[in-house]
Amino acid sequence: MKTSLPFAERSSHSTGSTCPDAAYTLGELHAGAPCCVPEPVITVENLSLNYGRKPALEAVSIDIYRGCITALIGPSGCGKTSFLSALNRLTDMIAGCRINGTIRFEGHDIYEPGNDVRQLRRDIGMIFQNPTPFPLSIRRNIELPLREHGIRKQAELDERIYQVLRDVGLWDEVKDRLNDPAMALSGGQQQRLCIARALALRPKVLLMDEPCSALDPISSGMVEDLIQSLAGRYTVVIVTHNLAQARRIANYAGLFWVTERAGQLIEFGRCRQIFAQPAHELTAAYISGARG
Amino acid sequence: MIKNNAATILIYCSAISVTSLFLWLLTDLLIQGLPKLSPAFLFEAPRDAGRAGGIGPIIIATGWIVLVAMSAAAPLALATAVWLVEFTRPDGIFSRFVEFSIDVLASVPSIVFGLFGNAFFCVYLGLGFSIVSGGLTLACMTLPILIRTVADGLRAVPDGYRMVAAALGMTRGSALVHLLLPSAAPALTAGLLLSIGRSAAETAALIFTSGYVDRMPGSLFDSGRALSVHIYDLSMNVAGGDANAHATALVLIIFLLIINNAAIGLLRHWRKQHIAAS
Repeated sequence: MKTSLPFAERSSHSTGSTCPDAAYTLGELHAGAPCCVPEPVITVENLSLNYGRKPALEAVSIDIYRGCITALIGPSGCGKTSFLSALNRLTDMIAGCRINGTIRFEGHDIYEPGNDVRQLRRDIGMIFQNPTPFPLSIRRNIELPLREHGIRKQAELDERIYQVLRDVGLWDEVKDRLNDPAMALSGGQQQRLCIARALALRPKVLLMDEPCSALDPISSGMVEDLIQSLAGRYTVVIVTHNLAQARRIANYAGLFWVTERAGQLIEFGRCRQIFAQPAHELTAAYISGARG
Repeated sequence: MIKNNAATILIYCSAISVTSLFLWLLTDLLIQGLPKLSPAFLFEAPRDAGRAGGIGPIIIATGWIVLVAMSAAAPLALATAVWLVEFTRPDGIFSRFVEFSIDVLASVPSIVFGLFGNAFFCVYLGLGFSIVSGGLTLACMTLPILIRTVADGLRAVPDGYRMVAAALGMTRGSALVHLLLPSAAPALTAGLLLSIGRSAAETAALIFTSGYVDRMPGSLFDSGRALSVHIYDLSMNVAGGDANAHATALVLIIFLLIINNAAIGLLRHWRKQHIAAS
């Protein structure tokens, strides 16, 4: 599996594989999802997004490829987070937010009336910048959304809790205190718990909004390793301000920039190419640190 | 320098006069009321128009009135606050109208609630002078405080919980039940305690609605005399009732101090927890 895909961007970073080894069985990861393949799982066409009369995004078109890590980079306030929230319709929660254009997830327009938004959000999970565990026990944090989605058998709940906590490398740290409050965990542990909570719903896509930026360097490194281990099995879209991080983990990268009116996608392509031979002068300026 | 000293003295004087007012009131009540206070006073029925005997039935009637008031007001306030905070936009026309109504209700004098309660519950609905009428009138009166405290409690819950819950595909109802209301629970309890205190201290709204009868109420549709009405009646209408009025006032004040302190303690504890969490 691993070698049959010339497309996978292995050379963009030194530590190697974005495709998990067959032997690398973290929880469900052995289920053998393909590596990064050039087949769009989400297609965005001509997306524009307004908050009231204020445009935030304009004419964004992008394909998100299955099993790949796509990094969205760019200066603050250029609409990266808004873009991410549009992908799982979290923008519905924001009063006055209007969306134009099409977003297709596995071929279906997600903004079509009558769509099951809860199922969409189950398929497309999201991790936020600040770790936001619920003020409940570690176990309840993972259980509550599962129960919401109709999984009520204790055996299955326990199985999934074990699996996702293993996946995020938290099991050994918390297995003896699953009933302790999640708030008592450290910031990095909280963020990994949030990722576990999202993974428990078995999403196909994970949206991550600067998941490491509120963490200390060591926790940040652990979460980054975790994201890398998810590659291949999940499609990951990550917003990051950390260019080195984008370069290390991403297969694809897109640069957002705020023009005089609204945020736009300036350049999108394979991560290696964006960093090595940017086509747009803004990209070149941003990654060299000259602008942004 | 002199100006500064004068200001300091003035500020100290204000603080001292406030505390001395409270101490004077309390000492007066203690001196005049304490000799009368005994377990028997708390359980016995009043005799001779309240000059003798105790306040047993009056405590019971007050309890029932407060209970009716809270059972009617709490669910209504909870639902309204949830609607205001979770299910509508703050700039919507209807929600602004609801906010405005709450402000108006909060500033209506209690005697007006009393007259309204008399006209609506006692006469129009035919409930007569009864504990139910009094309780429902108090419910109307305490609604604004209750709605405000519940709404503030809900607003103080970090928005992140709502977003994360939605992102996990949870319904708003479930987020409300499992996350938002539990997080706001101490504020809700504090609001309830404050309203209980306010209801138990009310006189004007009750005179015309729950009435004067100082017998032990047999049912909620009997008239029942509240503690504050008893104090009012003894000191205004009954010659020689002053001693028992003082003792009753002491009982009421002790009860209110306990309730208010519990509410303040809860809120303080909750804020501290909140700061620790965020």
